[in-house]
Amino acid sequence: MPLIELDGLEKTFTVRRKTGLLRRERREVRAVDGISFTVDRGEMVGYIGPNGAGKSTTVKMLTGILTPSGGRLRVAGIDPARERTRLARRVGVVFGQRTTLWWDLPLRDSYRLTHRMYRIPDDRYEENLARCVELLDLGDLLDVPVRQLSLGQRMRGDIAAALLHDPEVLYLDEPTIGLDVVSKARVRGFLRELNAERGTTVLLTTHDLTDIEQLCSRVMVIDHGRLVYDGGLAGLHEAGDGERMLVVDLARELPPITDVPGARFVRADGPRQHLAFPASASAAPLVAAVAEAYPLVDLSVREPDIESVIAKMYGGAAGELTGGPGSP
Amino acid sequence: MRFALFPPTSSPSLRTCSERDNMLRLYATVAAGGFRRHATYRVATLAGLFTNTVFGFVLSYTYLALWAERPDLGGYSSSDALAYVWIGQALLTVCGLMGGGFEDELIERIRTGDIAVDLHRPVDLQSWWCAANAGRCAYQLAGRGAVPLLIGALAFRFTLPDGPAGWAAFLFAVALGSFVSFALWYLVAMSAFWLLDGQGVVQAAWLTGLFFSGMLLPLNVFPGALGELAHALPWAALLQVPADVYLGRYGEGWGLVRAYGFQLGWLAVLLAAGRAAQSAATRKVVVQGG
Repeated sequence: MPLIELDGLEKTFTVRRKTGLLRRERREVRAVDGISFTVDRGEMVGYIGPNGAGKSTTVKMLTGILTPSGGRLRVAGIDPARERTRLARRVGVVFGQRTTLWWDLPLRDSYRLTHRMYRIPDDRYEENLARCVELLDLGDLLDVPVRQLSLGQRMRGDIAAALLHDPEVLYLDEPTIGLDVVSKARVRGFLRELNAERGTTVLLTTHDLTDIEQLCSRVMVIDHGRLVYDGGLAGLHEAGDGERMLVVDLARELPPITDVPGARFVRADGPRQHLAFPASASAAPLVAAVAEAYPLVDLSVREPDIESVIAKMYGGAAGELTGGPGSP
Repeated sequence: MRFALFPPTSSPSLRTCSERDNMLRLYATVAAGGFRRHATYRVATLAGLFTNTVFGFVLSYTYLALWAERPDLGGYSSSDALAYVWIGQALLTVCGLMGGGFEDELIERIRTGDIAVDLHRPVDLQSWWCAANAGRCAYQLAGRGAVPLLIGALAFRFTLPDGPAGWAAFLFAVALGSFVSFALWYLVAMSAFWLLDGQGVVQAAWLTGLFFSGMLLPLNVFPGALGELAHALPWAALLQVPADVYLGRYGEGWGLVRAYGFQLGWLAVLLAAGRAAQSAATRKVVVQGG
């Protein structure tokens, strides 16, 4: 039986807008518009999409903080909105932009509270804390008030707090937002190990494609409240008809380069020109062709960013796309 | 590798008992945290203490002038009136006479959506905040309540309670008052779920509380129907009732029980209202932010 089951999940918000002195317009916003998927135990799934796509709304429904407007939802067999408290003992949540830690008090105090709150047996608590302290390098931070921690330190502290009660599922809402490269690597390493060793199911929302690349074998893309892709990461670029961009700086301003096969002229900023080519193709012959015919000064190749892949995907196919390895 | 999520429990009765113990321990930890959070800010405590003392002196001389003009006003001697002033200063933050001391933080959490973190905890929101606030009140009573009362007593030699029993009766009324204050301000804060900017409601509550708690003038002084109304409203439970318990105006027997009953009655009603607002809010309302 899958651990997480969504069937036609919906969330509608009513937004009131002033249209005149006394007149108000009521408008329905469908933040989540009929999403269905299942996640098995031990999976590590990326849940991505542009801002306002409905990612956080889904996570809030999965934790029971928001009640769905329609559809069916089960996490570990529990209806989250109806049994939020019971479910909370079995899941962990990290909201990247918020903290569960006691702002004014040392980190250790928040953990002590977690110990009581989740009724963690003493030996298990000690063991889990020691493990988190070691792997997340929190040893020197335990007695520091949370308000004095850096963002990366606080995030590690928050992740530890979400794991002390051995949750079966961990939701991570942008866990690497605002972190530097070193902190990101440490967080990712920890999550990978958690998933491999403990079999913790992880659902990760992020804007950082590297998070997904390094952690998740399966990725779900959501846009305008609908699931537009569910499958392996590799399949995503194909499904989104991904293109890479060759940016060339020429010696002077020249007419658009349209005579190089395999490249499509996108735009020019003075002597700089942008040429799109299929993500699966090699850039080398293209560069050679440009260098032969034009006074090439400098160049760079830009990978497709996830936002544009998604935007394309949604524009291209209104329905659902499924494919690639790892799709259920 | 998997772990037992639910450790086996031997018998149902044992479980109920340890369940309650667990709850009590949790809320004790939350309250201790509330206490220590506020104890972190010593300079703020000192500044508050200074303000309370200065205001105590200003009000004392104002009341002295008033009572010289109208002796026995509201049934208080001038010595009673002076005690009333300093009790008011001592309870200002404990019983949330001019703001509960926690509602700004709660409203801010609702406004920014940080409340999502609180709602995710396997704990009731109202009980959580109530415990944290109890810790805050205990700290405020020790840090900002006792000292001004002592300074006032030394400077003005006003009425004191009748022995240790009198002090105990007063402290119990203060404890009840602080819980009524919590219930009131919690209800106020819940409005932020609908209004998002709770400032209007907070200010209305602040003004009403200032007047009807007896912070400006004892409610005994209010004439006729206004006085009766003021005595019946929940704000009377915050300062007027504890002060009258302190002054021994309820006696020791049934009078005292009636005073506590009044506080407990409002406590039950307001907590229930706060709980209803909370469940309506968590069922219907948007949790802000991404």
